[in-house]
Amino acid sequence: MSTSSTGFTGRRGRDPRLPPGQYDVGSSWPVLTAEATPNVSTGTWTFRVDGEVTAPRTWTWDDVHALPSSSYEGDIHCVTTWSKLGTSFTGVSLDALLDQVEVLPSATHVLAWSSSGYTTNLPLADVTGGKAWLVWEHEGAPLTAEHGGPVRMLVPHLYFWKSTKWVAGLRLLDHDEPGFWERNGYHDRGEPWAEQRYAGD
Amino acid sequence: MTDALPELPQLDSPRRRVPPTGAKRPWQTGTVTEVRQETPHAKTFRVQLEQWQPHLPGQNYLVRLTAPDGYRAQRSYSVASPPEDPGVVELTVDRLPDGEVSGYLHEHVAVGDPLEVRGPFGGWFVWRGDRPALLVGGGSGLVPLVCVLRSRAARLVAGRDSAPVHLVAAARTREELFYSGELTGAFADLTTAVLSREDDDASGRPAGRLRADDLLPAADRLGALRASGGPGADVFLCGSTPFTTAAEQLLVEVGVPAESIRVERFGPS
Ligand SMILES: Cc1cc2nc3c(=O)[nH]c(=O)nc-3n(C[C@H](O)[C@H](O)[C@H](O)COP(=O)(O)OP(=O)(O)OC[C@H]3O[C@@H](n4cnc5c(N)ncnc54)[C@H](O)[C@@H]3O)c2cc1C
Repeated sequence: MSTSSTGFTGRRGRDPRLPPGQYDVGSSWPVLTAEATPNVSTGTWTFRVDGEVTAPRTWTWDDVHALPSSSYEGDIHCVTTWSKLGTSFTGVSLDALLDQVEVLPSATHVLAWSSSGYTTNLPLADVTGGKAWLVWEHEGAPLTAEHGGPVRMLVPHLYFWKSTKWVAGLRLLDHDEPGFWERNGYHDRGEPWAEQRYAGD
Repeated sequence: MTDALPELPQLDSPRRRVPPTGAKRPWQTGTVTEVRQETPHAKTFRVQLEQWQPHLPGQNYLVRLTAPDGYRAQRSYSVASPPEDPGVVELTVDRLPDGEVSGYLHEHVAVGDPLEVRGPFGGWFVWRGDRPALLVGGGSGLVPLVCVLRSRAARLVAGRDSAPVHLVAAARTREELFYSGELTGAFADLTTAVLSREDDDASGRPAGRLRADDLLPAADRLGALRASGGPGADVFLCGSTPFTTAAEQLLVEVGVPAESIRVERFGPS
């Protein structure tokens, strides 16, 4: 359907970095969370990888900081239509963590989960090969609790609900298992350039 | 391997049924049949839909605008009208300074105009009528919450059961309070008004931000507090980021378990 809206011209000068249906929030960073913000301390925070691996493994705050640090500079896109362009995050590449466990050949998907009970599913290929991070810094400052601190996942090539706040673990699976929003009507994969917002898109 | 794994924490307990989804909700062109000024900055658009499907209180629609050159902008708007009002959705839009979509809707959309929408969406911030609910909202955050009150009223009129609810409604002034007429009229018994910049003549409440005693009586009565034992209530919190952040903190301070609070935040922080 292509009804045009009489008198609507829109904000001019659309940035080519914006996927379809997205707008630029500029320097602000909206908070979107389904639940109240939990208070996770760096002293007790851990990250666990289990499931389709030969042996599960858990990292502490100090453990992940001992790994080579890695940064992302670029854009993030939220399914509620805002994008934040040219932003940066620092943490560690998920590859560095997965290199420390033995992933079984049967692993095809992951379910990322937070201490608050949030889950989201991703194909394993979407979190390996330099595409995903655990991050604790945003634009040079510690990641705040409202934005998922102390540590959140970052999968910037997919809509931002895939970037689990307050992340606590990754379960490797030999099948796809929908997470929280995916069971609540959102798209299984969530690729912004294909506008995969809702199930069936 | 997978059988020996510890259970992951669950945000959604089994009693929370998964809403109807997957059904393709296509874009459709509705017709605006009424425009009402709610506050000096907010208008309600009543939109008649050919492919209407019942929504749950708390759900929202996307509104999409298209420029002659194909440029598009879309935003989410909560449904204010109850599902018991079939064939239409009412959207209340707060006009933001320099807002691309809200500005257009306020300036250009009149009765008889087409409006492209898609919905309903949202499966988490929804009230199903079977659980007590404490509703806390500020500004346009009252839109999905008034839907709860309206839907509950319609259910009761139809002789259907409904769990108790209470609304704590915040605004700067009485004039800026969304649905002020209804909240002090038909829903007066179910509403606590919180005016931050103005003494409230109706209730005698002095001007000031949301406080513990605005929340406590209803929270206790509905069983929303950890201490009140009962079956418990869900808390629906909606508004701007500063408002929801402050309210969330206050709710936890007065004894509402954080896991019973569902939050919907509108707009850039
Ligand atoms: C689930 C959900 C439900 C919602 N329900 C409602 C509802 O019921 N009622 C309601 O009123 N709103 C609701 N909202 C918010 C709504 O979707 C829009 O975000 C809101 O209307 C603002 O859109 P806009 O296009 O008018 O403003 P935008 O153009 O998006 O701008 C928002 C603000 O940021 C500034 N801004 C952003 N980008 C720029 C830029 N490039 N240049 C200059 N300034 C800029 C503007 O000045 C403006 O004040 C809801 C949001 C969600 C996610």
